[in-house]
Amino acid sequence: MEAVNIFSFHGGIHPPENKAQSLQLPLGRPRLPKELILPLGQHIGQASRPLVKAGDKVLKGESIAVNNGFLSSYLHAPTSGIVTSIESRPIAHPSGLSDICIIIEPDNKEEWIPLSPLNNWQEEAPTDVLAYLSKMGIVGMGGAGFPTQVKLQGAQKNILKHFIINAAECEPYITADDMLIREKTLELILGIEALQHLVQAEQVIIGIEDNKPTAIAKLNELLSERGSEIQVAVVPTKYPSGGEKQLIQLITGQEVPSGQFPADIGVLCQNVGTCVAVHNAIYLGQPLISRFTTLTGDALKAPQNVEVLLGTPVDHLLDYAEANNKKLHRLVMGGPMMGFTLDSTAVPVVKTSNCILAATKKELPEPDPEQACIRCGMCEQACPASLLPQQLLWFSKSQELEKAEHHNLFDCIECGACSYVCPSSIPLVQYYRHTKSSIREAREAAVKSDLAKQRFEARKARQEAEIAEKEAKRLARKAPAPAKAADTTKAASKAASASAAPAANAEAKKLKVDVAIAKTKLKKLQKQLLEAQENEHIEDIQALQLQVTEQEQQVKQLDEQLAKVTAAQAPAASASTAQSNPAVSAELKKAKVDLALAGVKLKKLQKQLVESPDDTELKDKISSLEKELSAAQALVDKLSAAPASNAQEPAAKAPVSAELKKAKVDVAMIDVKLKKLQKQSTESPDDQALKDQISGLEKDLSAAQALVEKLSAPAPEAKAPAAKTPVSAELKKAKVDVAMIGVKLKKLQKQLAESPDDQAVQDQIANLEKDLTAAQALVEKLSAPTPEPKESAPAANAPSAADLKKAKVSAAMAGVKLKKLQKQLTETPDDQGLKEQIGKLENELKDAQELVEKLSAPAVQTSTTQATAPLAANVGDLKKLKIDAAMAKATVKKVEKALKKAEEIKAPEIDILRQQLVEAQKRADDLEKALANPAEVKAEVAAPAAPSNANEDKKRKIDLAIAKASIKKAEKNIELLKEQGKSEEEINSSEWPKKLEEAQQKLDALTSDEMPESVQTATQSETKEQDKSPSDLSALSLEELADKIKKQKIAAAMAKAQINKLNKQLANEPESASSIQQDIDAARQKQADAEALLTQLTDAQAKAKESQ
Amino acid sequence: MGLLRISSPHTQRGGRRTSWVMQMVILATVPGIIAQTWLFGWGVLINLAIAGLTALACEAAILSIRRRAVAFFLKDYSALLTAVLLAIALPPSVPWWVTVTAVGVGIIFGKQLYGGLGNNPFNPAMVGYAMALVSFPVPMTQWLGAGSLVAANEILSFSQSIDAIFSGLPAIDSYTMATPLDGFKHKDTLDSQAAFASIPALQAASINSWLWVNLAYLAGGIGLLWLRIITWHTPVALLATLFALAGVFHLFDMNHAATPWFHLTTGAAMFGAFFIATDPVSSCTSNKGKLIYGAGIGLLIYIIRTWGGYPDGVAFGVLLMNFSAPLIDYYTQPRTYGHKKAKTGLKIGEDN
Repeated sequence: MEAVNIFSFHGGIHPPENKAQSLQLPLGRPRLPKELILPLGQHIGQASRPLVKAGDKVLKGESIAVNNGFLSSYLHAPTSGIVTSIESRPIAHPSGLSDICIIIEPDNKEEWIPLSPLNNWQEEAPTDVLAYLSKMGIVGMGGAGFPTQVKLQGAQKNILKHFIINAAECEPYITADDMLIREKTLELILGIEALQHLVQAEQVIIGIEDNKPTAIAKLNELLSERGSEIQVAVVPTKYPSGGEKQLIQLITGQEVPSGQFPADIGVLCQNVGTCVAVHNAIYLGQPLISRFTTLTGDALKAPQNVEVLLGTPVDHLLDYAEANNKKLHRLVMGGPMMGFTLDSTAVPVVKTSNCILAATKKELPEPDPEQACIRCGMCEQACPASLLPQQLLWFSKSQELEKAEHHNLFDCIECGACSYVCPSSIPLVQYYRHTKSSIREAREAAVKSDLAKQRFEARKARQEAEIAEKEAKRLARKAPAPAKAADTTKAASKAASASAAPAANAEAKKLKVDVAIAKTKLKKLQKQLLEAQENEHIEDIQALQLQVTEQEQQVKQLDEQLAKVTAAQAPAASASTAQSNPAVSAELKKAKVDLALAGVKLKKLQKQLVESPDDTELKDKISSLEKELSAAQALVDKLSAAPASNAQEPAAKAPVSAELKKAKVDVAMIDVKLKKLQKQSTESPDDQALKDQISGLEKDLSAAQALVEKLSAPAPEAKAPAAKTPVSAELKKAKVDVAMIGVKLKKLQKQLAESPDDQAVQDQIANLEKDLTAAQALVEKLSAPTPEPKESAPAANAPSAADLKKAKVSAAMAGVKLKKLQKQLTETPDDQGLKEQIGKLENELKDAQELVEKLSAPAVQTSTTQATAPLAANVGDLKKLKIDAAMAKATVKKVEKALKKAEEIKAPEIDILRQQLVEAQKRADDLEKALANPAEVKAEVAAPAAPSNANEDKKRKIDLAIAKASIKKAEKNIELLKEQGKSEEEINSSEWPKKLEEAQQKLDALTSDEMPESVQTATQSETKEQDKSPSDLSALSLEELADKIKKQKIAAAMAKAQINKLNKQLANEPESASSIQQDIDAARQKQADAEALLTQLTDAQAKAKESQ
Repeated sequence: MGLLRISSPHTQRGGRRTSWVMQMVILATVPGIIAQTWLFGWGVLINLAIAGLTALACEAAILSIRRRAVAFFLKDYSALLTAVLLAIALPPSVPWWVTVTAVGVGIIFGKQLYGGLGNNPFNPAMVGYAMALVSFPVPMTQWLGAGSLVAANEILSFSQSIDAIFSGLPAIDSYTMATPLDGFKHKDTLDSQAAFASIPALQAASINSWLWVNLAYLAGGIGLLWLRIITWHTPVALLATLFALAGVFHLFDMNHAATPWFHLTTGAAMFGAFFIATDPVSSCTSNKGKLIYGAGIGLLIYIIRTWGGYPDGVAFGVLLMNFSAPLIDYYTQPRTYGHKKAKTGLKIGEDN
């Protein structure tokens, strides 16, 4: 056996060893104490989770706590007895704080659990053996108590050259390892061999200081007896040669790179105590329940080493070693260089307690008063890490953290050599510890400020993008006007009847208006988001909720838009199939209902997700729901396409409507994606990739919307010849509009509930109610004259024109009201922001009035044509109504904003606000009811479309509206219950789910009843646009492909973003590394899938293009 | 039972306090003081007494003004050490007020006004010395000669020294002569051989007396090294640089450049190398830094001696290098354990 080459390390000191006193007596075995105190956190890493409860009887070696994460280990009962309690007790920790401990009262029977040694450990897979060691609670018994299996796993990432057994024990006073080697030489060797079997190192070396000749002799004797490969490296006695890094340098001459682990240079270090514990676990099946501890110090009459059960209180040991409590001045756990003082003798021995030093005042005197540093450099000569301690002190004192870090403060191992030699008695290590924690704090603060900066920059970028978008939209608005005109003329020439064109135009414009409203909403939402970001967390969350509700609404709106258009087209299409296909349309309706339900569920879940963004279960649910939703959408598509394909001239209608539907679905999908991304971006506002995706999606969205507009323009043309169909479509649209108002109001109610406010707001709400009743009256008025022109078509012009004028007047009135409201607002004490908003509102009003004028122009045009005249009038009125509604909405929003601000100022007046909230909710309910009326009224509007069974139809529609309203109410109530935190059971036991079901059934029945009727009403509508179909089909497939590609790209990008996020998380919370790693893997898989699909799609696209 | 709650480490090396360090340095000057007294008379000891009293008085006064614990800081012996070093450096016959002024300036302006022990960027003894040298050049350059060479043919007696210091000895001129360095500097056009033959300051007796003084300080310095109070880096670098420069120039110009041996054994070479340049507070910290610092002083000593306006350059060399010590410190950090190479400068954020 060749001798190991011994290197040297810089610095080091030679403090008085004081090891002899504790080696005078043989190994002691104290009696069982009255109680054993087992802290759940025995070492670094997470505390274990208790498996027992107070009153449980435990056997010796029974698991009483399991590991709780990566850096955690098992804990076992050191003896048999009863768990008396699990409570907070002072523990052996430098902080002197208490922690949760399991208290066991021994029954003195020492009953072991049945032991099952791992006899076939040589055959077992190393990972199984490691898992076994983990279950046996084995941790490093030298220093920090790093769980052994974690260290061994870490050692396997590189080829292991040196397996070093640390027996140096360089600290003065401590002789526990010395005694352990003497007493358990064979066990130690067997343990080392078992570990070597696991790690397969090239060289196994026991590093031991030359002040333990007896132990060295025993080791050498046994090793030569066994012919073992294990080498013994005797290193000169110098503190801190037992430090892992120093011992590695002594034995291998290599340094562990800063910030890395010994495993990175192919070295593994294990303490001798750990090796013996491994032996006990593998050969005897005994978990780690005891350890060798040195009891020493001048305050003890019988200093000695003891084999002590974990959890034994220190005072029991001091009694055993005959402590003189009068002389005891300083009680140190660990050695005099790196140990920490104990406040209380009640603390227990833990897995890492290697020494208890009961020192007298003479032995460890109080430190001399600190003198000025004279930069003598003795510390530098002593530092084993080759630092410049005097410079570090200088930087620590002056809080020059950057300089301290630059001088490698974090390479300080806090061995205390510098403090030991300092002639000025400066507690250097204390300074370094303080500075280290200051630097850590500063780092955290820097991360925070970085985030804030990024957020600010992102906000700026977003604002710029917004402005650019606005500008682009403004330009786009200007540009398409002539193009549209050209389109319409072209379409008109193609269409069978010229009179169809204006109606189609009106419809397209309506759609445009809808889109515009949606967009303004989006903008407002973004503004709110910005405001929230400017403020901090709580506000942020509130704003987020607002955003979610608003976005939900947008989804609803889009869905409804989709439903509306499909409904408008479905009758048109199914008209050609006449009564032949009622079943299909009923199915279609059902599918739509499903779709809506899925959408609602999805939204709810998303809301929940926002509240608790880490819930993976929720995410899973959402993804499954999304799948369901898309399936439902597909079904709806299929079904709505089916009747179209069954039509008499399938080629004519199907492509257009199908394309339209698809486009709308795309719009909805993109919207959903966009919202998701926005949510993500609010969660992680610094992710540039996300923002890019969002802006890209926004572009996609606008493009898709443009497509919808384009497509919907020719679609109504097809229906144009039959006057009644558009009328019914208009009516439906009107209904939808009313429903939208209802939704807005609901939202308003919700927001009111969230932020109730002062009298001014309630006044404004009253005003709003007035506006709404006016609007309802208008709707009633509107529905009344329509049948008349139906009956006497030629005479329709005059009344419709009169209506139009009336509507205009009412619009103007509404405007005036709005202005008054604004005046009131300015009079009421409010800040500059409100005034700005009023200015904005005025602009909006102007725009709206312009829109009225624009809309009235086609209405006048149409009034010249006979059949469509009343319709046009209706259109104008409806638009006005809409504008009123929009204006009302705007005022509501204004009120909300004022409310928020007021809330910020008058936070303490919560009780008053709550009362106001109740009032506001009442009013909101009233409004809701009021809204149900216009729906009925609107339903009446549909009547003239089918005069033959008008009355019946009316009734049915009223029923339908009521049913819908009740569904909504039920859903809302359920949601409210959920928000109130009621459990699922409570909700189920309440009446609402039942009511919801009933209402849905009713609705289903009604819609299935209604369908044939509406089909009948639309019988006349037949459309012919054959020339479009073939090119459209190919274009469609291409577009589809493009959309899919986009989606996959987004999916890939999202996956990437998630990976980034997770990586960040990983860096921040290394303790939950494994779970995060799994998440990362999953996200990578997703990304890979998406990319694979993407390549397929792009290929397909290329092929499609070629074929074209 | 009141247990002491304190952060590790719990033990300290006994006995080696700052005051012990200062005492040891003072003790290490004893051989040199004996040699000087023997060669130049009692003036050295009288100066020491004056300087010591002045230093303690100034230190106590400023400490009490600064509201510091006077006794605690006086017991660290740092003021006394400054006084000793300064008194040794002064000519033995210098008037008492020069000593008082120099020590007062050194203690008050060189040390206490910067914040006391450990915070002075300059060596306080050299601050006082340089101030006196610049302000009172005549008494500061009036060195006593070796007994056999001066006109009086003997060194000053104790009473004469008292007279010289406190009331001005009229016959002082018969006891003074130029130091060898001064003599060599003012050889003007004479070549070395002629100078050593003719100039009294360069006669063997004069040179030998300075050799003895330097050897005594070398002995004291070796003692400090043995006690590990100073490291070898600064003195060795200083002397080696001085030796090397003198050697190079002597090789190039035998006739006008003095030998390296002459440079090392005259003036304050050894005293400066072991007692002045090694002042830990104002010098560099790392071993590499100490080498550069010492070499810089050696270079400056040679330059000032050879081409400067003063016969010796230790004080100015040390003060100039004191200026650059912080900079040198930044660029001479040792390689820390686990790092591939040493960090230099202060590039924050750099990582290796």
